[in-house]
Amino acid sequence: MISLSHFLVLGAILFCLSVAGIFLNRKNVIILLMSIELMLLAVNMNFVAFSHFHGDIAGQIFVFFILTVAAAEAAIGLAILITLFRNRRTINVGELDNLSG
Amino acid sequence: MAIEPVIFYFFATILVAASVAVITVPNSVHAVLFLVLAFFTSAGLWLLLEAEFLAITLVLVYVGAVMVLFLFVVMMLDINFEPTREGFIKNLPIGILVALIMVVEIILVVWPNFGLDTHGAPIPHGADYSNTKELGSVLYTVYLYAFELAAAILLLAIVAAIMLTLRRRPNNKYQDPGQQVLARKADRLRIVKMQSSPKSGNGAES
Repeated sequence: MISLSHFLVLGAILFCLSVAGIFLNRKNVIILLMSIELMLLAVNMNFVAFSHFHGDIAGQIFVFFILTVAAAEAAIGLAILITLFRNRRTINVGELDNLSG
Repeated sequence: MAIEPVIFYFFATILVAASVAVITVPNSVHAVLFLVLAFFTSAGLWLLLEAEFLAITLVLVYVGAVMVLFLFVVMMLDINFEPTREGFIKNLPIGILVALIMVVEIILVVWPNFGLDTHGAPIPHGADYSNTKELGSVLYTVYLYAFELAAAILLLAIVAAIMLTLRRRPNNKYQDPGQQVLARKADRLRIVKMQSSPKSGNGAES
């Protein structure tokens, strides 16, 4: 029988994989954005699992709003990416030193 | 033998494999496609969790719109991926190590505390149970304010994305409606008074 902890462990594995993805692909903005999407998916998995095993629909409502915000974030992130590529002809994070930080 | 564990382990294996592929494949287009696979598989897992509406939403909205937008951007930008891979091999051991430690820590906390003995199996719903109806009856009453806030956030995203990518090319010609409305008859039309005179010899020769 599948218990709540199965789903929580699956969410934890997904989350840690996306953290590793952010760490490994520091130079590529597209992979960074995709790792963030994967991270949100892991969190959503936890919300849906808790909602199912507690019999409370509020968790699914929260997932609904997370999906909304994630879609907005992806749209704005990709728009920034396009503007960046148009101005600098690169998406390599190592070369983005305009602000001299 | 119950069918649920088989389904769970089947989908979970595909999901983890697709996630590993997302962060390791060198080509970004392939990474987006593996991310699509990951979202699709988690939609299957959400169906197992009786969250039917969210599973369909994940496929329609996420795979259908957001991931296609990703794919569109990755294919539109002509990117040389070689320089963005530098340091990948060098960071790989420590990345795997940190991720493994994090996973083991979370499992040590989660595994003993959320088993079937503390969080038992949920009561199965009847055949006439509608997840969508249940979700809607809460979303449009208790969470109505948050729902409208989400709509405002989406509007903000539309405006922000358009304003960020709008580009005014200097040699393009644009209409200015303000100037068009301000035009008067006196600016465009000039009436000239002149003497009318017959052309000489025109009628005689033809």
